[in-house]
Amino acid sequence: MDGGEIRMTNLLSHNAQWVLLSMLILGMAAGIMGCFAYWKRQSLMSDALSHAALPGVVIGFAILGVKNLPVMIAGAAASALLGALLIQWIRSSSRVKEDAAMGIVLSVFFGLGIMLLTFVGRMAGASQSGLDSFIFGQAASMVRKDVFTMTGLALLVLFVAIIAFKEWKLFLFDPHFAKGLGLSSRWMNSVYLAILVLVIVIGIQAVGVILMAALLIIPAVSARYWTNSFKWMVVLSALFGGGAGMAGTLISTFGKGWPTGPFIVIAASSLFMVSLAFGLRKGLLLMFLQQRAQKKQLGQQLSNQSVLERG
Amino acid sequence: MSYTGWILLTASLVGLSCGFIGVLLILRRMAMMADAISHTVLIGIVVAFLVTRELGGVHMLIGAIAAGLLTAVLVQWFHSRGVQQEASIGVVFTTLFAVGVVLIATEVGNVHLDVKHTLMGEITFIPWEKIELPWVGAIPEAVFILFLVLLVVLVTILAFYKEWKITSFDPALAASLGIPVLLMHYVFMSLVSVTTVAAFDAVGAIMVVAMLITPAAAAYLWTDRLSIMLLLSGSFGVLSAIMGYYIAAWLDTSISGSMAFSTGIVFMISFLCSPKHGILAKSIRPSMSA
Repeated sequence: MDGGEIRMTNLLSHNAQWVLLSMLILGMAAGIMGCFAYWKRQSLMSDALSHAALPGVVIGFAILGVKNLPVMIAGAAASALLGALLIQWIRSSSRVKEDAAMGIVLSVFFGLGIMLLTFVGRMAGASQSGLDSFIFGQAASMVRKDVFTMTGLALLVLFVAIIAFKEWKLFLFDPHFAKGLGLSSRWMNSVYLAILVLVIVIGIQAVGVILMAALLIIPAVSARYWTNSFKWMVVLSALFGGGAGMAGTLISTFGKGWPTGPFIVIAASSLFMVSLAFGLRKGLLLMFLQQRAQKKQLGQQLSNQSVLERG
Repeated sequence: MSYTGWILLTASLVGLSCGFIGVLLILRRMAMMADAISHTVLIGIVVAFLVTRELGGVHMLIGAIAAGLLTAVLVQWFHSRGVQQEASIGVVFTTLFAVGVVLIATEVGNVHLDVKHTLMGEITFIPWEKIELPWVGAIPEAVFILFLVLLVVLVTILAFYKEWKITSFDPALAASLGIPVLLMHYVFMSLVSVTTVAAFDAVGAIMVVAMLITPAAAAYLWTDRLSIMLLLSGSFGVLSAIMGYYIAAWLDTSISGSMAFSTGIVFMISFLCSPKHGILAKSIRPSMSA
């Protein structure tokens, strides 16, 4: 949109390759965290948190007056964490249920973000320095430094998720046993929330606050159609997420000013459709074949029976 | 009426309809469904525009109802295929919304529809787009549509007041009494879609969520009676709409954003100070709540 950003017109350009690589890693990190969120039944929590990050992004921008990714990421993380705490507080100390609390935080924070965005946009003059791109994502607006920041942080998330994989599994599926082993669930919860927020906020510039949650939710749900094993679900989800991140980014470079986020989501949804149709666990095709086989068997039994009765 | 008057009237109508619908949303624990529908009506609007090449009016309402029902049906279907309810809401609305945004960004987003408009609404343009009505004279089209929607919402809620009450509080009892629970669910989803799309022009996709959920959640903290909750929620909606307008005028910023923010203020005040369920009241007399 602006003159300053580097467009990825040439797919072989060095910058484009870096952006694609970073989207791969971001997608993988999001896919893995999505599985954690899925089993904590917090898929929509990620949606609320990503919306809640918007005011922080804008404030981060307003403080420095220029676009500086680390500061904006810090702002986003602070405001998303505040959102998470508020949801927790509202849920635990009033009779408003969690879904309503999420809806409130999501929409009110986003409203505040839009207010600030309009405000800062006017303050900074004509150019909003690509602040708008934080709403729908603009991977092409990332400069080399942004790409490195994002990749580094995404690798950190991957590292934390993989190094303590066994602990995470216990934490998600058998919290009591985990407690018995001396894992503090409070501590695990905090680490979980921290890396969830981290993966959301680093994805914001590329995918946008509105659709970032999709990159967490859709790959995990797709992976669920293939396996019952948590390990394989995580692996598949990482692959789906990474694939969708790269494919979506690539497609969005074909048009001028096309937002990246929606294309990534559509790529992820296409993978979801394929999983839904052909998945080895409750996939539609499999269910259909099983049903037909059962019908056939039943039909045979019935005809045998009738032969016996007649005979 | 003056320019400001029309804007305030539009915003109040949005606040009223959303406030009424929101009560049922909160009681039926479907707040996130409203979030989903407020995103997916976008695709209904875009498709209606692609088919008729016209923006506004009846096409948009029909497209939005179709999109809302499609969302409800898809979420239900995925859920029955073994996806968690939450996750299936997440998959459906992000996908449909993404398709809508892509369509706008690539196909239709040249003149009439643009992404920013649909997200934030443009309440400042509403007083300019007037239509002539017999007896009433020239009023903004959005006000007319919002008025109709409010009427539909009110009539539907009041005509089946008892049924709504029973299906919301005790669906099993409702089913055993022979009330068509599933039909009412889909009627309700249509109502949510209609309200959303009517409010869309004024406040945009995300702020509709604020208007739908927050005033009703605030009202939920003040009372245990459905009728009072409806009245309170409607008034909170109007209050935040008007407060939002003046905050926006004062700071010269986005009107829809500051309306959403005002609903948050109203909620926070209720959350802290409500005599029944507020934080302060609870801390003053902890023995009562225990």
